[in-house]
Amino acid sequence: MTAQRLFIPFILFLVIAFLIGPFLIIVAASFSAGETLAFPPQGFSLRWIAKVFTVESFRASFGMSMFLAIGGTAAALILGIPASYALSRYKLPGAEIVRTVVSAPIIVPGIIVGLALLRYIVVPFQVGITLALFLAHTALVLPYAVRVVSASLENLRSDIEEAAVLLGSSRLGAFFRVVMPNIRGGILSAFILGFVTSFNQVPVSLFLSGPGVRTMPIDMIAYMEIVFDPSVAALSSLLAFMSIGIVFAAERFLGFSRYV
Amino acid sequence: MSDASYLSLSKLTLAYGDTPAVPDLDLDIRKGELIALLGPSGCGKTTTMRAIAGLMPVKSGRVSLDGADITRVPANKRAVGLVFQSYALFPHLTVYENVAFGLKLKGMRGNELDAKVQSGLKSVGLSTFANRRPAELSGGQQQRVALARSMVMEPKVLLLDEPLSNLDARLRLEMRTELQRVQKETGVTMIFVTHDQAEALALADRIVVMKAGKIEQIGSPEDIYSRPTSSFVADFVGFENIFQLDQGKLQTSAGLVDLSSHAPSAAGLAWRPRMVTLGSGPYRGTVRGTSFAGDSREYLLDTKLGPIKAEVDASQPAHALGAELAFDLPVERAALLSRFG
Repeated sequence: MTAQRLFIPFILFLVIAFLIGPFLIIVAASFSAGETLAFPPQGFSLRWIAKVFTVESFRASFGMSMFLAIGGTAAALILGIPASYALSRYKLPGAEIVRTVVSAPIIVPGIIVGLALLRYIVVPFQVGITLALFLAHTALVLPYAVRVVSASLENLRSDIEEAAVLLGSSRLGAFFRVVMPNIRGGILSAFILGFVTSFNQVPVSLFLSGPGVRTMPIDMIAYMEIVFDPSVAALSSLLAFMSIGIVFAAERFLGFSRYV
Repeated sequence: MSDASYLSLSKLTLAYGDTPAVPDLDLDIRKGELIALLGPSGCGKTTTMRAIAGLMPVKSGRVSLDGADITRVPANKRAVGLVFQSYALFPHLTVYENVAFGLKLKGMRGNELDAKVQSGLKSVGLSTFANRRPAELSGGQQQRVALARSMVMEPKVLLLDEPLSNLDARLRLEMRTELQRVQKETGVTMIFVTHDQAEALALADRIVVMKAGKIEQIGSPEDIYSRPTSSFVADFVGFENIFQLDQGKLQTSAGLVDLSSHAPSAAGLAWRPRMVTLGSGPYRGTVRGTSFAGDSREYLLDTKLGPIKAEVDASQPAHALGAELAFDLPVERAALLSRFG
């Protein structure tokens, strides 16, 4: 009886340990006083966390990743919101095909997307690295934008737009006056999801990064190949806490989990 | 424009893509009238209402309002209000902001706006709810907000889609009274769509019964209730014994019964169960079923005329199943139907 009662909590503990364990190890390693990335950490210091801010390439790649995450997600939303609206409000021929194509980047492995973009878009058309990364991240985030915004549009009755029109608003005005305010939570959720997805993206960026232009995760991989000190762990911890902070704030203020 | 055609639909044809919904509809509505569009679902009543609002493109024909052709006028410039069946309140706005929505679009601001919104809320008894969100209101309250939101715009015509169908019995009576009061106080022309004959009879000045996109009958509630002119309308308002006449003769399993002296031109006759005389008369039937409904009792009779439904006061002695009864269908009380089918 006692053994049975302890069994489930024990399994639960193992699962959580498996999920969170590596993260805790990284966080612990980033406070190490030692010279190499190791666990258990040797002593305690904040020097590696301080060092993160002094590495020139980290600053550049962080800037690039922020640009891609914010700009790419914004572009995906600018394309995705009207697309979601059209898909949910009009009976369009081929709507299902559009939905499937839009979702493709989620299903197709990133390595393949990256290779395909490199081979068939970037090389033949001589697209610049920054532009290529921007387009790739926009395409990668688009499925999340369409999916999350669609979900909140489905929950919104379409007759409120007609009500707004009968009260004197134009069709477009009705969209901005009564549709947008009611899907704001969905749009913000899509933005956060897109931001995190883009920021943590490795395989596609790996193919498209070039000399002097790297995203944060790619730069971290490159750094680790040369220097094996705990500053990468420190940086990882900082980024992880940034993501957690964003998701926590979103959940707290917007009820993020309702839309995802 | 004459008084009789404040709102006028002429040869109005509506379609969903290639599927025709309403062909060649003609309807004239007087200023200040309270009209019910009555019919079963799919009869085109909602489509017609949406065309009046400008939410449904007109394929051909004309809609005119207050002397102006509005067939091609967009919905937001028509001065037509619509209270949706679902109320369609804006969930992100308070009750106050919902009512102010249209007025603000008109450019109204400041004290004028506030006074107008307050009086709109007061007229539906929701002044104390101004700062609530729609989700915090009951269905009946939401509907009153929707009504106020449309009425503050001072529409020339107010359309209501199934205004009482989402309310419980007590609220239904309340809302019915409320709509009649608003109509009387403002003199607005009101058209409401319903599938419930009781609702139409209780509320409307005039009822338009529709079937398959066409008008079956237009008349006062008394006309529709007592003098249906087609078998469809008769059936819809509760005439359960409906017979087709062939040259004034009623076909029965015992041969033809000649009624041409009573109803020379009628295509059919109809009786409510209440109108059937039970216990005496020229016909005979066997009781096949009986049901008790408080103050009355209903019998289903097997007769040579076919099945007959009769209703009598419960105070009369009950008849057992299988009993053979004499009955009469008094022709002078029957509704004379000019169209059958």
